[in-house]
Amino acid sequence: MTAVINVPASLDEAGFELVLEQLAPLAPDAKLLVDARHCRFATPAGLTGLLCLAQTRLEKPDFAPPTDETVQSYWARSRFFHYAEELFTMRGPVLKPRTQQDSDTVLEVTPIAKSEDVHAVVERVKDRATHILTTKLHLETRATMGFAMSLSEACQNVVEHAGRGGWVAVQAYNWTKFRVGRWVVVISVTDAGQGFRSSLETSRARVIAGDRWSDGDALEAALTQGHSRHAEPGRGQGLKGIKSYAHRHDGRLSIRSGTARISMVASWDNGVPREENLSPFPGAQLQIIIPEKVAEG
Amino acid sequence: MTHIDVRSALQSAETGAYSDLVTRKTGAVVRTVIEHQIAGLADGTVVFLDFSHIGVLDRSCADEFVAKLIMPLTREHPDHDGYVVFHGISDDHLETIEAVLETHGLALVVQFGGETRLVGAVTREERSCWDLVMTHGSVIPETVALHTGVPDEACRALLESLSRRRLLRRDADRFLRLGAALA
Repeated sequence: MTAVINVPASLDEAGFELVLEQLAPLAPDAKLLVDARHCRFATPAGLTGLLCLAQTRLEKPDFAPPTDETVQSYWARSRFFHYAEELFTMRGPVLKPRTQQDSDTVLEVTPIAKSEDVHAVVERVKDRATHILTTKLHLETRATMGFAMSLSEACQNVVEHAGRGGWVAVQAYNWTKFRVGRWVVVISVTDAGQGFRSSLETSRARVIAGDRWSDGDALEAALTQGHSRHAEPGRGQGLKGIKSYAHRHDGRLSIRSGTARISMVASWDNGVPREENLSPFPGAQLQIIIPEKVAEG
Repeated sequence: MTHIDVRSALQSAETGAYSDLVTRKTGAVVRTVIEHQIAGLADGTVVFLDFSHIGVLDRSCADEFVAKLIMPLTREHPDHDGYVVFHGISDDHLETIEAVLETHGLALVVQFGGETRLVGAVTREERSCWDLVMTHGSVIPETVALHTGVPDEACRALLESLSRRRLLRRDADRFLRLGAALA
């Protein structure tokens, strides 16, 4: 029997949680139909999350694409279908991407598996990131370098720690109708690998934690305390660099892994720093949201 | 004095024509290329590593490249008597390099914005001492003692420490600046 996973109308971070909740009671080999027909909006976190979902299934899931042509067109331009067609059995026609890139897309859905992929991603985003960060977010040109550095570090986490390839996507949005009330750029790097808890299993943080070792503890050890699975001094620099960049630009950094999420909450954000007992998410999802700069006072 | 273009080192090491120093793997490969070049130089040579044509430098790469390049040179008995000065770095490069140096307790001489600076983990006394050497070009411990009021032996210890950390050169009893004076 096929279990139907309903993709909500808004497939953002919160929407993807609804997908995970539906997935939680199902066996890894259960046959799935991921029904995105009624989806109207998707963020990089949602799109990369769906690809990882497919990677974790023992049986290739079915996928019903959005019926709205505008939505489907965006998913096509973001190259979601390009990869989804390999990971899902498509139940319904999908548009082929036009050659023209979406004007607010900094980076389409892109696979990350090796160090060279990180170089290619950094090379590809620089010009588009400069344009969007300066014109939409009103940041200085200099912000591009830190942005590229953060993107690079986030992608490297997959290469170095996940044990399995992942996905990255970067998109600009006008969040007027959401909480922020201004433009944001969202980076999402998602993998279906071993997750932070397993990755840090041999770390000093794990030894210190003793019996009380949870996904939340692992995320806190990595993000707050700078622990890495490698013992050598100097490891853990990547997340420090991302934190520093996000903090400087009043951005939000969150990492979802296993049953927990840890966030570096921004001034505009009403999120919570640590969430636990969420539905299981294999691997990890790192999300960076940089908001438009607003005049002080 | 020898000039090494870091981008050339990057391109000789990588298959792609990239201008960014990103990923630990790239940092390790570029470091190896530059270590080989430094190893072939005469003892006492000051190497200017030119970052002018480098775009993004991320912390992981800097940790693998910068920190691990400097560490062996600052050992009590290094395999090679070499000095490194970073040249052509941007604000972003500087920020990344400083973060990595601080993590490892290292310091470095950099040419930045037309001036030669000491960056990384240094004490206020070390910095004052280093500044005096930069002003005078070369000093003996007594010169530093005269200007700072710190006892001769303490000044000698500071200068020897800076020399061991490859932030000054030593020639018998004299301590000399790296960078601008040698350019």
